[in-house]
Amino acid sequence: MSFLSFLISGISLGSIYAIMALGYTMVYGIAKMLNFAHGDVIMIGSFVVYYAVTGAGIPAPAAVLISVVVCTFLGIAIEKVAYKPLRRAASLAVLITAIGVSYLLQNLALLFFGADPKIFPNVITLPALNLFGGQLVIAGTTVMSIVANILIMIFLMLFIKKTKQGQAMLAVSEDKDAAMLCGINVNGTISLTFAIGSGLAAIAGVLLCSQYNQLTPYTGSLPGIKAFTAAVFGGIGSIPGAFFGGLLLGVIEILSSAYISSQLANAIVFAVLIIVLLVKPSGLFGRPMREKV
Amino acid sequence: MSLLTVKSLGISFGGLRAVDDLSFSIEKNELYGLIGPNGAGKTTVFNMLTGVYKPTQGTFLLNGRNLTGMSTTAISHAGIARTFQNIRLFHEMSVLDNVKVGLHESISYSTLTGILRLPAFFAKEKAMNEKAMELLSVFGLEKDAETLANNLPYGAQRKLEIARAMATNPVLLLLDEPAAGMNPNETEELMKTIRFVRDHFDMTILLIEHDMRLVSGICERITVLNFGQELLSGNTKEVLQNDQVVKAYLGE
Repeated sequence: MSFLSFLISGISLGSIYAIMALGYTMVYGIAKMLNFAHGDVIMIGSFVVYYAVTGAGIPAPAAVLISVVVCTFLGIAIEKVAYKPLRRAASLAVLITAIGVSYLLQNLALLFFGADPKIFPNVITLPALNLFGGQLVIAGTTVMSIVANILIMIFLMLFIKKTKQGQAMLAVSEDKDAAMLCGINVNGTISLTFAIGSGLAAIAGVLLCSQYNQLTPYTGSLPGIKAFTAAVFGGIGSIPGAFFGGLLLGVIEILSSAYISSQLANAIVFAVLIIVLLVKPSGLFGRPMREKV
Repeated sequence: MSLLTVKSLGISFGGLRAVDDLSFSIEKNELYGLIGPNGAGKTTVFNMLTGVYKPTQGTFLLNGRNLTGMSTTAISHAGIARTFQNIRLFHEMSVLDNVKVGLHESISYSTLTGILRLPAFFAKEKAMNEKAMELLSVFGLEKDAETLANNLPYGAQRKLEIARAMATNPVLLLLDEPAAGMNPNETEELMKTIRFVRDHFDMTILLIEHDMRLVSGICERITVLNFGQELLSGNTKEVLQNDQVVKAYLGE
């Protein structure tokens, strides 16, 4: 029974990684850049929820909604100010800028919110599930993470496959110039991608902080890197890749900390990543790079 | 007034003058050719006319409206569409979706409408599907609507690229070496398609081509470019028989 319980915790943690990985993978697929500030957008979103609930006494669902809106606009603003002017610059310049934005957000958070850890309020009030006559207890947060992940994936797949904005994203990701010549507003499409990724970051933030009950300006940093790893694991640019990459990463992390060593858990996670990339360099669901003629 | 007027258009890359002082004009419903040896600057002209490159000299007007220096998206909205020398479809998308991407500007709904799936979403998507299928059947591709663009045979991919360009509702269609890589039968079929597009959509077409059979077969007037400069313009037959043009192509 304990294995099942670890597996479910792994899937739950993996679900959070998967939602975060979406932000990395969508932005990479369309703008061909790594937005390292994504983890810190998650942190800012969590602070918004924290202050809205504990400071202003706003009910939790409304606080989450506010956080989604704030993160959406934050994502759009970051793209407009920091990345858009570098659209035609070398990818290294964009990468450095993204790291800069990440530190900027962390330090702004330090300045305004302080370094002391905040106790994250109880936002998810779902009752725990008792299975097998109380032998298996699944926390409400765990259930919520898994359900949220599945709903978000279905919603995103539908959005991308069925709506013209989604199709525009696919077109821009495949051939930016040809998309422009079809009359697609490429800047608008990139903004929309950042908006969706950052909006989801707010949800991931709430789930993450509910899991750990703690919030500091560095909360988004390591989970951000792990979510990025999950995106690479699944094949960066691929949405199903983010889903399965996230889940696998979460399960490996929890199982190895349960059965091998909790100190070694992160090392094992990254070792598995290296092995996967050695065998399949484009990730589990990634397409092999095609040569441009 | 001509449909397209190009006035002493030119562009330099650093010290290299890729196109210099090029002028020509195309009348409505005309089939116009742009020919010249490799490296003469033909594709560069297309890239300027579609806003991929910003000209460093001169202007071009579409129906009297100056489009010089506008963005690619804006030029597409203004009514210039193009195809590429190496076919650039959205390979991982279906044939139908490729055409639908071309329809984005003409049939639109807001992102929120799409996310919330309001009634307008279904109505507009239905209109898009119908319009796209109509275009596909004009090009004889309706049976392949659900096929991945990548899996179409070469000739059909060319047709699809033209269909996608037509979906943007252009007044001027630019074709960059449409017959490249085609065998004589496919070229024959392509010439029919191009003529058909001109007649069926009342379209004006400017094309770049090396295949002289195609050029002399369908172009009414041509301009010959050599080293970025206009060598000669005029009636296709007369220009092709000109000594200078023969020399530019075959050497002394």
